[in-house]
Amino acid sequence: MTKKMKFRHLGALVVVLALVAAACGDDDAGTTTTAATGATTAATAAPVAFPPEAGAWGGVLIEAGAPVEIRTMQALADAVAFLGVDQVRGTELAMEDYGDILGHPVNLGTTEDDLCLGEGGAAGATNIAAQEGVLGVIGTTCSGAAYPAIPILNAAGIVLISGSNTNATLTSDFQGNAGENWMDNYLRTAHNDLIQGAAAAIFAYDNLGLRAMGTIHDGDPYTSGLAAQFGVTFTELGGEIVVATSVAKEDTDMVPVLTEVATGEPDGIYFPIFQPAGDFIIQQVGGVAGLENVQMYGADGLITPDHFSIPETAGVYYSGPDLGFDANAGFTGESYSNLVVRYEAAYGELPTAAFHAHTYDATMMLLHSIESVAVEGPNGELWVDRRALRDFLYGLSDFPGVTGTLSCDDFGDCGGNVVSVILNEDPSDPQAGIANVVFRAGKGAGGEVVILPLDG
Amino acid sequence: MSLLKLPQRAGFRFSFVDSFLWAVRIGALVFIVVGIFGTPGIPGGPVGSLAKTLSGEGVSGEAWRGLVVTGLAQGSMYGMIALGYSMVYGVLGFINFAHGEVFMSGALVSFFVADSFGSSGFWDSQPVLALGLTMLVAMTTSTIVAVLTERIAYRPLRGAPRLIPLITSIGMSFFLQYTFRGLFGGGFKAFPQAPEALQGRATIFGVEILKTQLAVIVVAAVSMVVLYQFVSRTRMGRAMRAIAEDREIAALMGVNVNRVISLTFAVGGAMAGIAGVLWALLFRQVYFLTGFLPGIKAFTAAVVGGIGNMAGAYLGGLSLGLVESIGPLLVLDGWGIPAVSQLKDVVAFSALVLVLIYRPTGLLGERLAVEERG
Repeated sequence: MTKKMKFRHLGALVVVLALVAAACGDDDAGTTTTAATGATTAATAAPVAFPPEAGAWGGVLIEAGAPVEIRTMQALADAVAFLGVDQVRGTELAMEDYGDILGHPVNLGTTEDDLCLGEGGAAGATNIAAQEGVLGVIGTTCSGAAYPAIPILNAAGIVLISGSNTNATLTSDFQGNAGENWMDNYLRTAHNDLIQGAAAAIFAYDNLGLRAMGTIHDGDPYTSGLAAQFGVTFTELGGEIVVATSVAKEDTDMVPVLTEVATGEPDGIYFPIFQPAGDFIIQQVGGVAGLENVQMYGADGLITPDHFSIPETAGVYYSGPDLGFDANAGFTGESYSNLVVRYEAAYGELPTAAFHAHTYDATMMLLHSIESVAVEGPNGELWVDRRALRDFLYGLSDFPGVTGTLSCDDFGDCGGNVVSVILNEDPSDPQAGIANVVFRAGKGAGGEVVILPLDG
Repeated sequence: MSLLKLPQRAGFRFSFVDSFLWAVRIGALVFIVVGIFGTPGIPGGPVGSLAKTLSGEGVSGEAWRGLVVTGLAQGSMYGMIALGYSMVYGVLGFINFAHGEVFMSGALVSFFVADSFGSSGFWDSQPVLALGLTMLVAMTTSTIVAVLTERIAYRPLRGAPRLIPLITSIGMSFFLQYTFRGLFGGGFKAFPQAPEALQGRATIFGVEILKTQLAVIVVAAVSMVVLYQFVSRTRMGRAMRAIAEDREIAALMGVNVNRVISLTFAVGGAMAGIAGVLWALLFRQVYFLTGFLPGIKAFTAAVVGGIGNMAGAYLGGLSLGLVESIGPLLVLDGWGIPAVSQLKDVVAFSALVLVLIYRPTGLLGERLAVEERG
């Protein structure tokens, strides 16, 4: 009996030790992260000169044949899944086009769901930061999810590149002042809301002749920031924001909020929110007394074929990133028009949102930068210095992308910052509506909005 | 003689909690009255929503009428979903949190029928038949989902501590959501516009009402009456009431308890199916999470009306819909609070708290089984 007990204890000890060893082991066999001190923990014998001394953020040693680890973090569930899934596809297509990095395959791992919320961003970033050897993350879908994700990844020396975050505080005000949420591991290929909000207001005031506007956001930093910037510029132009209000993302009955807006007797309503709340607003606005003839004006969160096929969207304007990409070719020479064909062939549907192209470019930037800063070892290993990767990304200039030529500024804004306003004239042909650009604007040299020609 | 001693002598206990509750009751009443009527004569005080309307600054009379009709339509659907919560609580004594997904299943599956009718022209050429068939499909789907849920997830737990089926129902809710997401995708399904016969407005007693809203209110009311007649006049309805009263005695009297419980789930599911189509007609967007928030609201409505009480569930739904619709503008706007519409849910759940403070058993009182009553 005593012997049996001893064996049981011994067995239990072995199991516990095995579990501890497994928990402490590498999740991703073949990659080893080194600390910022430069002391390497390479698993295999290497020449003295390799790997080189790590920079301030440490580095990653990728053994021969082992994959280069990148991750993606997007909104995959709930109402904004169409935006996140679209971007995961953009990343997958970019990886397919780019191929291996110096003989190493690229591994995307498991996509984290950012939930389009701060909680999701924090959880996803924590999961990724805990994994060995991850060099960069593509995401998040929503600006609100990026807020907590950035510092967590920053502490781990991991760069985060978003294809759809547009909130101005994540980068800068274009006047040389960092946004309050900016950190130096963050970049984006999407536009900055300062440009979109201002351009949207200029179009409303100058082109549509609107003088009294209501704005509706949903509390998300993207929507509230955009509505606020619209209001600032519109007021500066001489217009008036008669009602600025908000809805909850889950709301379905929009009559109360629209009634509230109607009390201000606006000429138009700017509602830069997502589906399905945006769908409900557009469907119900005609039934609210006093709003029968107001000009409705949405934004990029609603530029989807689903939304554009709603009959009440006829005559509605939408501000968003300029989508005239067809003639562009990306880093590998892939044209945007062909990318869409491949997208449809691979996923059985046309792109569900606009930002797959931006995410495609973000992924290309990351892969190209990793390849550029990677140091090859004598036995097929790769050494990637995290800080060097970050610096390379920030130094990118005239990078050919399917969304246009990308150049990163000192605060990580890499996108072309060209926005457009489109008009949906015929809901039975939503793709034609999405392509129907009626106004284009971009960022001038001083960060101001400049009007661009439609065929530019 | 102090005032605090007086009630004790008379046989009352006026505790600190009682004092607090009275303070909340009085405070809430003052807050609501001032929000509506303002504080005339006090410079700088709240203007009041009614005073704003009368001065032509606030919500117009026409807009108030629109809000009331919208609230009734929304509340009708809450009421129909709430019936499922209330009936199941009546016979089994637990909250079936998966009932919102029963509602969603009917709405989502009926989309495919309505969409094919819409594209073939049948939707507009035979609106009554098309809507009837769509509703039949939704009712059948929701009924099957509800009955299967009871048979597979809840029946094996009969007799287990009440917390276990409650947690199971939350699990079933997620299971159904993501099963439907897997089956039909995560995208939004755009329900076709109501048939032409239901588009535009109708004038009732001088008030212009959207025909879809009117249809929702009427169909919900008729369904409620039919259900009430079924439960109060048919043999199976009596069996349901008997089980709700005392399951063991009902079984001793020869009532097939399992069969009647399944029937209860089926009837609740059918009502949720009807509500699903009405929801889709009104909001024209359905997806796999469509049932979540309406489910929570309907549960709230069931509690407001008096859990286990069918008429209470319907009345609770109507009340909640109205409070949600007009509450923010009627009370909060009068206090000058900006962007009041975003506080819609705060108002709705505050109303729940207030109802429970003023009347803890709900508007029409709870109907509890013998074992619940202790």
